[in-house]
Amino acid sequence: MGVAPYIVAGWLLVVGLYGAITSRHLVCMVLCLAVAQASTYVLLLAVGYKTGAAAPIYSTTVMPGAPVVDPVVQALALTDVVVEATVSAVLLALIVRAGQRFRTTDPDELGELHG
Amino acid sequence: MSRAVRAGVAVAALAVLGALIVWAVSDLRGVGHPPGVNSARVAPILAHERQAANAVNGVTFDMRGSDTLGEEMILFAAALGVSVLLRAARDPREVQVAAEDDVNRRGAISGALRASAATLVGPMIVFGLYVVTHGQLTPGGGFQGGVILAAALLLTYAGGQVLAVQRTDPVALVEVSEAVGALAFALVALGGVVFAGVLMANFLPFGEIGALLSSGTIALLSVVTGVEVTAALALILTEFLDQTLLRDA
Repeated sequence: MGVAPYIVAGWLLVVGLYGAITSRHLVCMVLCLAVAQASTYVLLLAVGYKTGAAAPIYSTTVMPGAPVVDPVVQALALTDVVVEATVSAVLLALIVRAGQRFRTTDPDELGELHG
Repeated sequence: MSRAVRAGVAVAALAVLGALIVWAVSDLRGVGHPPGVNSARVAPILAHERQAANAVNGVTFDMRGSDTLGEEMILFAAALGVSVLLRAARDPREVQVAAEDDVNRRGAISGALRASAATLVGPMIVFGLYVVTHGQLTPGGGFQGGVILAAALLLTYAGGQVLAVQRTDPVALVEVSEAVGALAFALVALGGVVFAGVLMANFLPFGEIGALLSSGTIALLSVVTGVEVTAALALILTEFLDQTLLRDA
C-alpha cells in the first residue's frame, strides 16, 4: 500500500482548509472543518494498520495470540470523533445565534458588522 | 481582500502545505508494517490482565481511562453550552405554543414515514442497548451505542410522535440522565482511589474473557458512557429541534 493513506490524509486536510477559507455560509464552514478533521482519522488508522492482522477484538475466530492491529490509535480515533461531534454542535449553536443577531450567515458580511 | 484574491492566496498557500506533506511522508515506512513491538503488545496484555476481548474499549476505558474522563466532561460541557446558547435567546412559552401548533399540523406527515418510524424505533432501541452493554466483547461500546439510542429518539420526532415524546418530558429526563452519566463516570474513577488507591484503577472482578460480566470497570464505564452520550446527544438534538419549531411557527 506504500504511503498512499498518508497522502489521502494530507489531501483531506488541504481540501477541508480550502473549503473553510472560501465558504460563503457558516454551516458550510463547519462541514469543511469536519472534512479537514477527517484527515486525522485516516492518519491515525494508517499508523496502526498491520498487513494481514485482524481487528483488535478477540472472539472465537480471533484468539488471543493472533496478530491484531494496534488498538491504541483506534481508541484515539474514537476520542477524535467524539471531540469533532461536540465541536460541531457548539459551532452550529453559535451560528444560530449569529444568524439571529446579525441576520446573515455569510462570514464575509459578519466581518463588516460589529456590536 | 476580495473573494477571488483570497481564493488565490489560499490555493498558493495550500499548494505549499500539500507539497510539504507529500515530502514529509514520502520517506515514511509504508502503511501495513508499523515499527516497534509495542503496537502488538497492547491487545494481548488487555486480554490477559483485564479479560477484555475488545482491546479498543480496553484502551479507552482502562489504559487511557483518565483521558476518557476528560472526554466525558467535554461532552457534558458541550451539551450544556449548546443549551445555554440556544435557550438564552428564546422564551420557553413560545416554544410550548409552537410545539402545540406543530402537533396540530401532524396530520400532514405521510403515512409511510410514520409507519417506518414506528416500526424502526423498537429494534433501534434494542440494538442500541445491545451495543452499549456488549462494549467489552464486540465492536461498539458506550459512545457508539449512545448515538444509536439518541437516533431512536430523533426518529420518534421525525415520525411525528411529538405527543409521545412530550409525555415523557424529555428535557428534564435528558438533563438528569446527562448529569447522572457524567457523575457516575467520575464516581467510578474515584472508586479506583477508594478501593485500589489509584484514580481510574480497575477495582471490579475481571471475570472470564468472552463473558458478559468480564473486564471489570471497562464494561461498567461503557454502560455509564452510553447513558451520558445518549442524554448529551438527545439534549443537543432537542435544543436544535426546538429552534426549528420556532422558525417554522
